[in-house]
Amino acid sequence: MVPTTYYLILSAVLFTLGALGVVLRRNVLIIFMSVEMMLNAVNLTFAALARHFLQLHGQIFVLMAMAVAAAEVAVGLAIVMAVVRHKDSTNIQDMNLLKG
Amino acid sequence: MLDYAWLILAFPALGALIIAFFGTRLGRRAVGILAPAMVFLSFAVSVALFMELLRLPAEDRQHELTLWRWMTVAGRGGTFSAPFNVDIALLIDQLSVTMALVVTGVGFLIHVYSAGYMHDDPRHPRYFAFLNLFILMMSTLILANNYLLMFVGWEGVGLASYLLIGFWFEKPSAADAGKKAFIVNRIGDFGLLLAIMIIWTGLGTLQFTEVFKAIQVPGTSEVPGTFAVRAATLLMLLAATGKSAQIPLFVWLPDAMEGPTPVSALIHAATMVTAGVYMIARSAALFDLAPITGEWVAWVGMATAFVAGTIALTQTDLKRILAYSTVSQLGFMFVAVGVGAYAAGIFHLMTHAFFKALLFLSAGSVMHALHGELDIRKMGNLRTKLPVTYWTFLAGAAALAGIPLLSGFFSKDAILFYAFEHAIPLWVAGIITAFITAFYSFRMVFMTFWGQERDKKLFSHAHESPRVMTVPLILLATGAVVAGYVGLPSISAIDHWLEPVFHAGEHAAEGALATGAVAHDFTLEMILLAVSALVALGGAFLAYRAYIADRDLPKRARAAFGPLTGLVENKYYVDEAYNLLIVEPLRALGEWLAATFDKRGLDGAVNGIAGLTGWAGAQVRRLQTGMVGLYALAMLFGAVALAAWLVTR
Repeated sequence: MVPTTYYLILSAVLFTLGALGVVLRRNVLIIFMSVEMMLNAVNLTFAALARHFLQLHGQIFVLMAMAVAAAEVAVGLAIVMAVVRHKDSTNIQDMNLLKG
Repeated sequence: MLDYAWLILAFPALGALIIAFFGTRLGRRAVGILAPAMVFLSFAVSVALFMELLRLPAEDRQHELTLWRWMTVAGRGGTFSAPFNVDIALLIDQLSVTMALVVTGVGFLIHVYSAGYMHDDPRHPRYFAFLNLFILMMSTLILANNYLLMFVGWEGVGLASYLLIGFWFEKPSAADAGKKAFIVNRIGDFGLLLAIMIIWTGLGTLQFTEVFKAIQVPGTSEVPGTFAVRAATLLMLLAATGKSAQIPLFVWLPDAMEGPTPVSALIHAATMVTAGVYMIARSAALFDLAPITGEWVAWVGMATAFVAGTIALTQTDLKRILAYSTVSQLGFMFVAVGVGAYAAGIFHLMTHAFFKALLFLSAGSVMHALHGELDIRKMGNLRTKLPVTYWTFLAGAAALAGIPLLSGFFSKDAILFYAFEHAIPLWVAGIITAFITAFYSFRMVFMTFWGQERDKKLFSHAHESPRVMTVPLILLATGAVVAGYVGLPSISAIDHWLEPVFHAGEHAAEGALATGAVAHDFTLEMILLAVSALVALGGAFLAYRAYIADRDLPKRARAAFGPLTGLVENKYYVDEAYNLLIVEPLRALGEWLAATFDKRGLDGAVNGIAGLTGWAGAQVRRLQTGMVGLYALAMLFGAVALAAWLVTR
């Protein structure tokens, strides 16, 4: 069997890559995709640990997380679309209307 | 009848209220009748009280009338175990009735005179409202049966004085004079307040009869809290120097001449300034137990009498001469009460009220004739044009000088006699001052009414005053002449009348000063009487020489005294000294406080807080960069920190 630890390490790496992507990338859609990657990493952790403890709780949570992710994508993409159309750019650094 | 004494206060109170609210609508004639009428009614009540007291045997002549309870503060324990009660209550005895007669009697005559003098003034009702207010407050002062109510009257007369001195407030000098009077008086009032507090904390009561009983232990001169008595009496002396214009607080009185002349007559000659003397006389029992204070009172009085007398010698403003003369005569009264001759002090207070009010009102008559001129160097020969004014002024001046057989002679001589019995130097200073007094009194007479007219234009327009003004003059002159007969030496009716009041502290006064014992050496008194008479006549004669017979004499005298002349002519530079030492530093302090402490300190603090808040906001604003990436990073850090804390907990 594949040791559970390998899954957790993979999950951590995926999460880190996703976080770095959110912080460092300039294209809003790439940032979005990084957020999805973070969510997927968490899903992987849940599933692996469910298998490890031989309980179904983890699996159930994965399903819930996926539902939330889907909803979040729908709303988030809609907002991003509106902003991109307004600003005519996908560069996150151009979206600085909140500057005080 | 004694229970109706409160009417003395009610009438002027009513008058003041009516005139204050409806004066303009009532019109000059009505107000000019109403105000004096109210005071006349008070006078009538005073006379009735006097007759009532005469009917009673001498021991029974003290009557207290409580009107209502003013305040009660519950006790707390120790000295304060008894509740603090102060009533609005009146004490009707020989002393208060005597004072009431003087205040309402002279007050009435001055009200009548004012109706003529102030007839053309645009603010006529305001004047009479204030004048009635004054009578109300002065009556409260002299009829009160406790120190706190007396203090109410004390402050009230100060207020009335301020309002009346500054009556013509468009004149900056008048407004300033009013302020000066009130502020200088305040220093004295501070002393009185402290004295009242000492009496309260020491004895637990402020009622006169209670206080005087409490300070005595019969048969001995041991007294609870002698230091307290000394302190309280010294503070009362301070208060009296303020109200009665003695050294060091006399500077307000000459300036107070800015007010209308009847005001000067009433407040600054006959009544308010005598409040200090009255207070000391009333507190005779306390002063009897503090001989040291008595010495201070007598010597402050004597020094003031002499200094003020010398200043009066060189003044050229008729009212200023009279003002300094008042300060000087008040000094004599202080000498009397200081050596324990309280009845003599009150006697002089009485005769002085007559002749000084008379002198002021006559001066007012002269001013009226000369359209406000007060400089005696511009007068002369007015006796031909103003006969009634002349004769009444002469009567007043002669009484002031102490010319034999007039009222001032008897009262001043009584004071000098007791001064002699106390300390010969005191008598010597007194007799010299009496000589000076006689001299400047007749100087006024000769320069104003005799000789050649010095200003032809003024002289030609001069005319005698209307009857409403001259009749009070005549009445006061009669008083100035005959009032002395209540105090004839050795059969002194006034001494006997007032004796029970001042002997309340008899037992504890053993070892203290003699309280003006009635049995005195007849021969000694006659000798001193003769000396006083000679001195008075001598002063008058010297004035005649200087101003009529040998006109060069003043100039030669001035040269002979050299630098002293300048000193005296400039009133010993007292005002200048006070200005330099007290007024200017205080003003500088005030300006510093306004510019530095207030503007930079307080305003700086308030504005600073606002500025600080703004600066803090600006700093926090720097977090809002608008860079979403930065926000995301912040969120990441926050999440990591939270996770770390949860894991390591």
